[in-house]
Amino acid sequence: MKKMNVRTFASLCLGAVLAAGCVLPAAAQPADPIEVTEDITVSGDYDWTRFADDHLTINVYNWGLYISDGSDESVDVVSAFEKLTGIKVNYTTFDSNESLYAKMKSGGASYDVIFPSDYMVGKMIKEGMLAELDYANIPNAANIGEEYLGWSFDPDNAYSVPYTWGTTGIVYNTTMVEEPPTSWEDLWDVAYTGNVLMFNNSRDAYAIAAKKLGMSLNPASVDEVDLVMKELQSQKSVVQAYVMDEIFDKMEGGEAAMAPYYAGDALTMIEDNPDLAFVHPEEGVNFFVDSMCIPATSRNKEAAEMFINYLCEPSVGYQNCDFIGYSTPITEVWEMLDDDLKYNPIAYPDESVMDKAEVFVTLPDDVNAEMDAKWSEMKSYDESGSGWLVVAFIAGALMISIFNIWRKMRKKVRDDY
Amino acid sequence: MKKHRRQNRHLLQRTYLVLIFGFMYLPIAVLIAYSFNENKSRAVFTGFSLKWYESLFHNEMILTALWNSLVLALVSSIVATVIGTLATIGINSMSRKAQLLINNISYVPVVNPEIITGVSLMLLFVLAQKAGIGGEEGVFGWITLMIAHITFNVPYVIFNVSPKLRQLDSSLYNAALDLGCTPRQAFFKVILPQLSPAILSAFLICLTYSIDDFMISYFNCGTMQTLPIAIYSMTRKKVSPEINALSTIMFIVILAIILISNALDSRSYKRNQAAIRRDTAGV
Repeated sequence: MKKMNVRTFASLCLGAVLAAGCVLPAAAQPADPIEVTEDITVSGDYDWTRFADDHLTINVYNWGLYISDGSDESVDVVSAFEKLTGIKVNYTTFDSNESLYAKMKSGGASYDVIFPSDYMVGKMIKEGMLAELDYANIPNAANIGEEYLGWSFDPDNAYSVPYTWGTTGIVYNTTMVEEPPTSWEDLWDVAYTGNVLMFNNSRDAYAIAAKKLGMSLNPASVDEVDLVMKELQSQKSVVQAYVMDEIFDKMEGGEAAMAPYYAGDALTMIEDNPDLAFVHPEEGVNFFVDSMCIPATSRNKEAAEMFINYLCEPSVGYQNCDFIGYSTPITEVWEMLDDDLKYNPIAYPDESVMDKAEVFVTLPDDVNAEMDAKWSEMKSYDESGSGWLVVAFIAGALMISIFNIWRKMRKKVRDDY
Repeated sequence: MKKHRRQNRHLLQRTYLVLIFGFMYLPIAVLIAYSFNENKSRAVFTGFSLKWYESLFHNEMILTALWNSLVLALVSSIVATVIGTLATIGINSMSRKAQLLINNISYVPVVNPEIITGVSLMLLFVLAQKAGIGGEEGVFGWITLMIAHITFNVPYVIFNVSPKLRQLDSSLYNAALDLGCTPRQAFFKVILPQLSPAILSAFLICLTYSIDDFMISYFNCGTMQTLPIAIYSMTRKKVSPEINALSTIMFIVILAIILISNALDSRSYKRNQAAIRRDTAGV
């Protein structure tokens, strides 16, 4: 009995000492991480709750399906942010850089956090549409790997923090091609007539044709645009369709042999259909960075910076990376990935690809306008010539209206009797 | 020989019917089928699952967009129906020339490409905002969306209700007055009940157009988002199968509404007929 008591006492003492030993050094060290939900833990060093009583709402404008949103057993990172900070997030989405730009320019909406890609960041900086970031409010930006910072569109990253990045390349169906493609030229191969898909956006399509011709994907002059667009025109007879998201169904369903697309999405397609494969063509590819920025018109800049800081948290970045499938610029997130993905040459290509990769820059206005004009001209151009259709339509419309007038006149004459 | 030909004709009629209904409903059938797909793909069906339905109800962005769309459609249709009906009655009592003029003017928003209506409304709102209306927050949001939707809905009401009003016998109204109704009573007790089928169908048309509308909302929504805009923004990546699930639910709800209202209609029709028969028998 006595012995027992001593032992209990001893173990109690030991426990107390151990506990004290744990607590004391921890108190001197950074605060404990805060567990927001089961999967999201954020740094305890940051004052997340400073706006909790202000009833703030921030307007976030991101690409569609570009954040872990709680669907398909993912984690809803936006509502976790709301829970953590007490700031309400009005989360809306856009489909392209150009619609984002148009929306901002129209003056019809004021956002706090937006996610433009590289060249659009450059354009917005040039036009004074972005606010300079206060990195004191975004300490987690230090988590971002150096190789993703300092690109030409924002050399000091004064306005943008990388969110995701990726490359373009060719997705192909191994059962439908005789030899795996290695070059952009294969998308012009007449042997695959009707089996090739192509980007349905001018900038990405242009980049492919330019690279095929050994030129820069950022045209310097109007003449350069004309030359490359001719190349795209010559591809038209081989192309089955110009597509964006339809590419998922077409490639997964084996409706086409080859298509250029973004590496992150290629991984999704390969997961669904193991016959598919992806290659970075040898001429070089486009490297893109989608960034987080704060518009100059933002009224809640500090809260917006808090949101950006939150998205740079490793646990949040991991959920987003897992959901979106694009590559992450956050070093710690990359370390958390499975080895399959971590060393996957599609998602994280080696230097041989990255050295030849080129990033989009903002084009001069005249070059941009020429590219848009030539692109729609190229797409509406029809070799078999359907010009007569327009004439037929006009003739038809004329005949109908003449008939109508004649009928009315006849009716009037009849009524007069 | 003759019988043979008739059979042929029946076959032709039937094929035609099947083709038309096929074009109309096959896409919806495919959509419904794929909303139960276990896989995210729209190309391969891997197994039955309800997970997209479950996941839909956890997707706050889609639910918010749906809520916005529904509230917007309901409120704007009600307001547009009231304004449109009043306008029709006003137009009807104008002189012939004025009627023609006003009718043609109200046609313009209908034949105008939506993008022009959308952009011009946006320009107007931006101008109002520059003039200081709306304060720091700006006007864009619920108010602008509501005004825009009411604006494009009103003409549809006018064109639905005015033919019915023209068919109405004007002496009915006069008779009501003669029998001691005040003009207001005559309107609510005689004119309105006669117009109600046209008004109801106008309201339903507005509801559909409003839920459907992309272009006009796109330019006037500010930082809000309606369902079509949310769906459209998914086109860089793959449109989520949750949208299939949502469309299926909407289709079934609308189908149910139509079926129930038809059933109620036919029941009240039968009851009416029975009452008439009883009355005549009693006499």
